[in-house]
Amino acid sequence: MFPPVPNPTTAPQGPKFGEKDLMRRSASTVTPPAERQTEVAKLIDVSKCIGCKACQAACIEWNDTHPEIEENVGVFENPHDLTPDMFTLMRFTEWENPETNNLEWLIRKDGCMHCEDPGCLKACPAPGAIVQYSNGIVDFVHENCIGCGYCIKGCPFNIPRISEVDHTAYKCTLCSDRIAVGQGPACAKACPTQAIVYGTKEEMKKHAEGRITDLKSRGFTNAGLYDPPGVGGTHVMYVLHHADKPEIYAGLANNPTISPVVEAWKGVTKYAGLAVMGVAAVTGFLHYMVNGPNRVSEEDEEAAERLTGDRSS
Amino acid sequence: MSTDTEHEVGKGDSVHAGKPVTVDRYTGGARINHWITAGSLVLLALSGLSLFHPRLFFLSALFGGGQLVRAIHPWIGVVLFFSFLGLFLRFWKLNLWKREDGTWLARVRDVLTAHDERLPEIGKYNAGQKLVFWSMSILIIVLITSGIVIWDEYFAAYTTIEQKRWAVLIHSIAAILAISVWITHVYAAIWVKGTIRGMVRGSVTGGWAWRYHRKWLRELVDKPAAKDEKRTAAE
Repeated sequence: MFPPVPNPTTAPQGPKFGEKDLMRRSASTVTPPAERQTEVAKLIDVSKCIGCKACQAACIEWNDTHPEIEENVGVFENPHDLTPDMFTLMRFTEWENPETNNLEWLIRKDGCMHCEDPGCLKACPAPGAIVQYSNGIVDFVHENCIGCGYCIKGCPFNIPRISEVDHTAYKCTLCSDRIAVGQGPACAKACPTQAIVYGTKEEMKKHAEGRITDLKSRGFTNAGLYDPPGVGGTHVMYVLHHADKPEIYAGLANNPTISPVVEAWKGVTKYAGLAVMGVAAVTGFLHYMVNGPNRVSEEDEEAAERLTGDRSS
Repeated sequence: MSTDTEHEVGKGDSVHAGKPVTVDRYTGGARINHWITAGSLVLLALSGLSLFHPRLFFLSALFGGGQLVRAIHPWIGVVLFFSFLGLFLRFWKLNLWKREDGTWLARVRDVLTAHDERLPEIGKYNAGQKLVFWSMSILIIVLITSGIVIWDEYFAAYTTIEQKRWAVLIHSIAAILAISVWITHVYAAIWVKGTIRGMVRGSVTGGWAWRYHRKWLRELVDKPAAKDEKRTAAE
């Protein structure tokens, strides 16, 4: 049992973090704060999840979104995928364990992982549309978003979705507005089995250790924590009973990193590209300065007159 | 062979005797077509660059902000594609590679130092112009194809994220090359005096044609039917 975040006081209070705590801001340079806030994290213990979708309901309620009612096609996912109105989604997998021949029902709550090295932010061209706070939360700022969809290409987890209504990108905020006033995320608060818990990243890692020890003692020898180092670690972590193969959990990325294609696009291409265009312009300028214009001479005109005169007369 | 001659002169090209001689180089239609292409290319470069590098994002203000850039850039691309297609259909034949183009290119040093008298006689387009034409043709095909892949508003569902990643990388590299080719094209027109009036007023002086495109001029002079027709119309 992890002690849940206590209910807040009813007295009004100021936000615990804001503009001054920005570590990164898309398409802008910011000076990171001298002192980092304590990193927070959400821990999702897949082995304790019962698939009730209370987290989804809580997410919809808190964020006041209205996911469309869809067709039932005979699967448990509802809606069928993350949408601009559904920031988190229980993904269900029926997996037959080849060692035990047991059918295992794997349920993973999908959503933004709040990467320490966020690919969405790296890809974003709009200044301030994506920000990262020093407590680890990666947030989308809608008034700065231009709806280009570059974040989708940057994300190693396929999370952001563009709204067709306001043409901006949406994803889990880690309930930054709740955390700012000392509460936990809505999904964690609603979870009836404490499969979702929230606290500092250190606390979450420690709590996960206990869970992993427990799972190992029950025969899940490969139980472990999913905090992928390829993206610098995440501020949403999973306890997996089969941490050696995360892909069986509805395709959870095994050792995710920002795609090298995105790195090349946002790295060398950006600088080499400006250089190539700059060199072309400067070369032209210098060529003109050195050689001067290329002019038609009087003799050229006379030669043309002679040519046309000869033939036409 | 007469077909060979026809390849060197375009529709509407003709010589008018006088002092100086003037040579019709571009019809009104070709010029309108060219300037629509030019205008859309400039708008595409400005809007595209605003999303290419954070330091250039301020350019998006020219279009009314980032949301509008995102929305209209692809549509300008569609205009450019069809407009350039018009240019392509008008000019592709005259841009086919000829033997003298290799010689011209081998003497690029003379080209750059304006020793045009040491260069072979050239038809309507020289090797540099042909390279601009063909590289733009290829780059615009690459740009429209990769552009559609990343036009999420309408085509997001048709490709995977990995394909979109490649498309956006290819799109930006092709755009950089296209802008560089464009810089070369504009510079050449500024450097070689008397060129811009060909695309503005439609005609160049006889001296200009003699100096830079003598083969073209000779063939125009040798083309009696068209010339007489034009002369009577002009007089």
